[in-house]
Amino acid sequence: MIAESTGLARKDLLGLEELTAEEIRLILRTAREFREVLDRPIKKVPALRGLTVANLFFENSTRTKMSFELAQKRLSTDSIGFAVSTSSVKKGESLRDTAQNIEAMRVDMIVMRHSESGAPRRLAEMVDAHVVNAGDGCHEHPTQGLLDLYTMQERFDDLRDRRVVIIGDIAHSRVARSNIHGLLKLGAKVGVCGPPTLLPMGLPELGVDVYPHVEDALAEADIINVLRIQLERMGVPLFPSTREYASLFGITPERLENAGHEILVLHPGPINRNVELDSRVADAPGSVILSQVTNGVAVRMAVTYLLAKTRLEAGHGAL
Amino acid sequence: MTTLQRKARIMDAHRMRRAITRIAYEIVERNKGTDALAVIGIRTRGVPLGQRLVEQIAAHEGEAPPFGYLDITLYRDDLQTIAYHPVVGPTSIPFNINDRHIILVDDVLFTGRTARAAISVLIDFGRPRSIHLAALIDRGHRELPICPDYVGRVVPTARTEAIQVNLSETDGEDVVYVCDLPPLTEPQS
Repeated sequence: MIAESTGLARKDLLGLEELTAEEIRLILRTAREFREVLDRPIKKVPALRGLTVANLFFENSTRTKMSFELAQKRLSTDSIGFAVSTSSVKKGESLRDTAQNIEAMRVDMIVMRHSESGAPRRLAEMVDAHVVNAGDGCHEHPTQGLLDLYTMQERFDDLRDRRVVIIGDIAHSRVARSNIHGLLKLGAKVGVCGPPTLLPMGLPELGVDVYPHVEDALAEADIINVLRIQLERMGVPLFPSTREYASLFGITPERLENAGHEILVLHPGPINRNVELDSRVADAPGSVILSQVTNGVAVRMAVTYLLAKTRLEAGHGAL
Repeated sequence: MTTLQRKARIMDAHRMRRAITRIAYEIVERNKGTDALAVIGIRTRGVPLGQRLVEQIAAHEGEAPPFGYLDITLYRDDLQTIAYHPVVGPTSIPFNINDRHIILVDDVLFTGRTARAAISVLIDFGRPRSIHLAALIDRGHRELPICPDYVGRVVPTARTEAIQVNLSETDGEDVVYVCDLPPLTEPQS
C-alpha cells in the first residue's frame, strides 16, 4: 500500500488521550472542509453511501445524539438508533449480546454513549465494527473535545502557548478530560479552576496548572471552557449551593471585564444559566457557544469519514 | 508515491498560453459574450487553469466572469477501490449558480469520472442553465458518456501512460509530459 495514508490509522475513536497530535490536526483539517458543506444549499454529500451506523445511547443525550445523527445523514450513511428505554438492555441483555446482535446485522460503525467509563473500549474489543465513543462515564467525550479544539482554532489559528483554563466540575467531567489531553497535544498551556472537591488528583503530573480563584484564572487565560455543573451526576452535593458556586466561580461580564483582556468563552451546553455562566455572557454578540454546536456536526462528520476510510484501506470493502 | 518516467514533452509554456487563449475566445464566442457566464475549476490543477481562463476572458471582454472551485473527493465513485485516499479539499463557489452557464475546467480529461463527480457537486449547489467542460488535455479512454466542449490538445495515449501537467502556480513551470507508469499489479476492484 502507498505510504501516505490520509485516514486515521485506527479502528476506533475512544479518546483523545490515545490520538497523536498529527491525527488531531488531520481531523480538525478535515472538519473545516465539512463545515463548508453545512453552508451549501444541499447539505449532504454521497461520500459514505452504503455505510451502516448504529447509535447506541445507553445514557440520555439530546444534542450529542442529534449531532451524530445529523453528521451521519450529511454523509449519506444509513443510521439506526437505539434508545435504552426501548431496548432489550432493560430485559437484562448484556453488552456482549447487544454487540453481537448488532454486528450480526452487518453494522459498520457503532456510536456509543455509556454511563460506565471504559464501556466503549470493551465494545471495541468485541466487534469488528468501528466504535466511536460519544461519552463514557467520567472518562472521555472525544468528539466534544475535538469540537472545542476546532472552535478555539477558529479564533486563534494556532493554540500553541495559548492559555486555556477549564472551569467547573473537573472531577466528574469527561469533557474536561478530553479537552486536557487534546489541548496538551496541540501545545496549549492548560489550567483548571473549580472548588477543591471537584478537582481530581494528578493534575500537576499531567502538566495542568490549578487555579483556586477564578479571578487568577481569568487574568491569565486566552480561552476559558466553562463546564456545566452536573448536579444529577453527584450523589452527595460537593459544594454547598448553586448560589455559592455562582458567586465564587460563575462567569459574569464583570469578572471578564476585570480580567482586562479579551477572553474566548466556550460552554459545552446545556447551560445552567446564571450558575456557572451568566446569561449576559452566554448571549453576548460575539459568543461562540452556538458555533460550537454547528462545529460539532462538522467534527463528527470528519471523524466518521476518516474512520470509515481506514475500514476501506484495510480491505473490508463493506461499502 | 509512484514515480513517473517522462518520455515526451507535448506542450511547452508558449503552446499552453496559446491553447488557453483560444479556449477563452471559443467560450466567449459560443456564449455570445460573458453574460451569465461563470468558471469553476476542479481541484487541484483545474483551479489555476480556470483562473487563467477568467483573466483571458476579462482581458478581451472587459468583464471577468465569477470564479469558483470545487473538490470532488466526497463525490468519488471509487472510494472502495483505490488504495489511497486523497485529502478532502476545499470547495468555494461564492455566487449563485442558478441559471448560469458554467464552464467546468480540468487539466486532463481521461475516464470522465472526475467530470461526472464534478457535475454531481454542481447540481447539489443549484440548477445551472448549462454546464460545459473545458480540459487542457484530452487523453481518451472514456468510461462514461462525457465529451469535452473545449480542449487544449487531444493526445492519444496508452493506458500504461500518464499525462503530467505542470503549472507555474503549482509546480513552478508550464509544461505537459507524457510519462510511462511503472508496471502495476491490477487493482482489485
